[in-house]
Amino acid sequence: MDNGIDLQQSLIEWLTGLNVAPGVAKAIWMPIPMIAMVLIVTVGALVCTWLERKISAAAQQRIGPEYAGPFGILIPFADVGKLLVKQDIIPAKADPVLFTMGPVVVFVSVFLCFLVVPFGENLVISNLGTGIFFIISISSLAPIGLLMAGYSSNNKYSLLGGLRAAAQSISYEIPLALAALAVAMMSNGLSTVDIVNQQAEYGILSWNIWRQPIGFVIFIIAALAECERMPFDLPEAEEELVAGYQTEYTGMKFALFYGGSYANLLLSGLLVSVLYLGGWELPFPIDKLAEVLNISPANSVWQVLAATVGIAVTLTKTYLFIFFAVLLRWTVPRVRIDQLLDLGWKFLLPVGLANLLITAALKLTFPGFFGG
Amino acid sequence: MVMIETKAERMVINMGPHHPSMHGVLRLIVTLDGENVVDCEPVLGYLHRSMEKIAENRTVTQYLPYVTRWDYLATMFTEAITVNAPERLADVNVPRRARYIRMIMLELSRIASHLLWLGTFVADIGAQTPFFYVFREREMIYDLFEAATGMRMMHNYFRIGGVAADLPYGWVEKCEDFCNYFFPKVDEYEKLISNNPIFRRRVEGLGTIGKDEAINWGLSGPMLRGSGVKWDLRKVDHYELYDELDWDVQWETSGDCLARYFVRVREMRESAKMILQCLKQLPGGAYENLEAQRVLGGPKSEWTGFDYQFIGKKPSPTFKVPKGEHYVRVEAPKGELGVYLIGEDSVFPWRFKIRPPGFVNLQVLPQLVRGMKLADIMAILGSIDIIMGEVDR
Repeated sequence: MDNGIDLQQSLIEWLTGLNVAPGVAKAIWMPIPMIAMVLIVTVGALVCTWLERKISAAAQQRIGPEYAGPFGILIPFADVGKLLVKQDIIPAKADPVLFTMGPVVVFVSVFLCFLVVPFGENLVISNLGTGIFFIISISSLAPIGLLMAGYSSNNKYSLLGGLRAAAQSISYEIPLALAALAVAMMSNGLSTVDIVNQQAEYGILSWNIWRQPIGFVIFIIAALAECERMPFDLPEAEEELVAGYQTEYTGMKFALFYGGSYANLLLSGLLVSVLYLGGWELPFPIDKLAEVLNISPANSVWQVLAATVGIAVTLTKTYLFIFFAVLLRWTVPRVRIDQLLDLGWKFLLPVGLANLLITAALKLTFPGFFGG
Repeated sequence: MVMIETKAERMVINMGPHHPSMHGVLRLIVTLDGENVVDCEPVLGYLHRSMEKIAENRTVTQYLPYVTRWDYLATMFTEAITVNAPERLADVNVPRRARYIRMIMLELSRIASHLLWLGTFVADIGAQTPFFYVFREREMIYDLFEAATGMRMMHNYFRIGGVAADLPYGWVEKCEDFCNYFFPKVDEYEKLISNNPIFRRRVEGLGTIGKDEAINWGLSGPMLRGSGVKWDLRKVDHYELYDELDWDVQWETSGDCLARYFVRVREMRESAKMILQCLKQLPGGAYENLEAQRVLGGPKSEWTGFDYQFIGKKPSPTFKVPKGEHYVRVEAPKGELGVYLIGEDSVFPWRFKIRPPGFVNLQVLPQLVRGMKLADIMAILGSIDIIMGEVDR
């Protein structure tokens, strides 16, 4: 890494300065980002639940949570506390092993994806060369967990919900991957950091949303379907399947599903911001600003400032998407299962393929604009 | 050509009596082939309270507070029919003012019922938010009811020969305000719902029932009018004073869920229009004006005449249902609400058969959902508009 702060390096250097062996210093470093990431994602998901309550309340002319802390911001913690102390029930005729594994698989697969999501130039746990590919492959583990949960609950609503979840995930994974692939093609790499860097040059004008408008729409639709959000929340359609695969779950197992779904929403928001909205980049190049202000980019205060701004910008873009998703959820009705599958296979898939081909053609014709 | 066929085992799923979208305690035994509905069998009776038998050993005055539990969302209609039946059998004359007050209350009740139907119907398709909007308006209607009758839902307002109390001071203006406020709100719902592509795709061409079929099944109300039959008892039977108002029967020809939606939404507008006319034509006008004119004119003035009373003659608690039998019906928001009354010249009716519109309309459900998707059951059931209180009685 040529520029930007490198926390890992500084900590290891500091520890070796304290006469700690370099191997031990590295071992001390290792759990820190992981724990930090789990905490950040959990808090991010909790914020999503609060936003959901507040935005839905505003849409429905209610007030929403009000007494738990200012503006009810403590309500997510009250939720978690309630779910923690709730009795954990496994239905008598359910398969206890699969019933327990279901939510765990869903939860872990979502959280693993955050390994490669960057909040800033160096604020990523591992800058894998296969970043986007990693996310797409790991997140497709989640439907297995949903199917497990639905099948093992020994409940017909759960089974139908699990089957719907599997069908839906499979059909929308492909358009999602195709849309991401077009972006990867322009960036000449699958790494999330590379994808953002390639959008950095001209500020807002170089963001992928201008070069990939069709891909952007496909990605948003597919991401909403992957998150099982309205109008695609068929697996847990309350009016039809009571709660789908979650019907028999209570307590912490339910909390894993609930937290997992909001973490998934957060992940989708982050991916939208990374792939299409320039990640941590401001609408104008921040290095140019440094030049204007006559500050050396290597200045450490400037670097801390830039990193903070980067995180804030990433989160702003992410929560913009989440706001949109929440608003959509409380506005539109739900589609039917056949309409959902039709949309996925007969519309998004061909359009996604065409988009990919057009991107390839444009890349060959105008290498300058589409990442030569 | 040889086709490879996969045969999935059919799943029998029990929906209800406790299910989020069964409108109370309806139970459906649904046979599914994957997501397709093969068969559906409604099971009724979870809310059966022997309403008809109870009526047979109560006087009308005693029974009136109970009838609002049939259709607890269109309460005024249940009272109207309970009062109309013995009234007509005994040939009781009702003052014009009372008739107008009755019409105002009935149409307000119709709006309240249609509003709640709209909320649940759209919620059944998945959009939860309109529910809160319709409750905002419904609350105002219930405030009006509360001001006039003292109760929000179970009013006990209708009496043989009129209504229990005159409209209170300022009520007429408040009601007018509500109607004028209400029109733009209906436009708002339509803007939000009518042209939503997801909504259109979910309900258009769904649960279609033809004209002849609708008549043969004995459907009534918006179910019948949605199928292209221009049949509204307010026009057909000429009861109360609906003939003095200027209004149209709302109907559609396509017979699907969307047609029923349009019929009901337009009926809300039509009802508000009728209320405005009623308020203008109300004999004696607002209560305070009527009182003032009475005081001014003295005891011999025309303002103390029969037609300016809110009730013709205070009903005696021992009002006898005369000997004879007949069938009386009104156009309730759900359809034709009727009572078949047999009197024996006793204070109790000998037979009090209720013909609830929801019960008759519900019987068409299995035929409509067969071959549809699982999610369509909710849309179709929602468009039928049932209230288990009156289905089971």
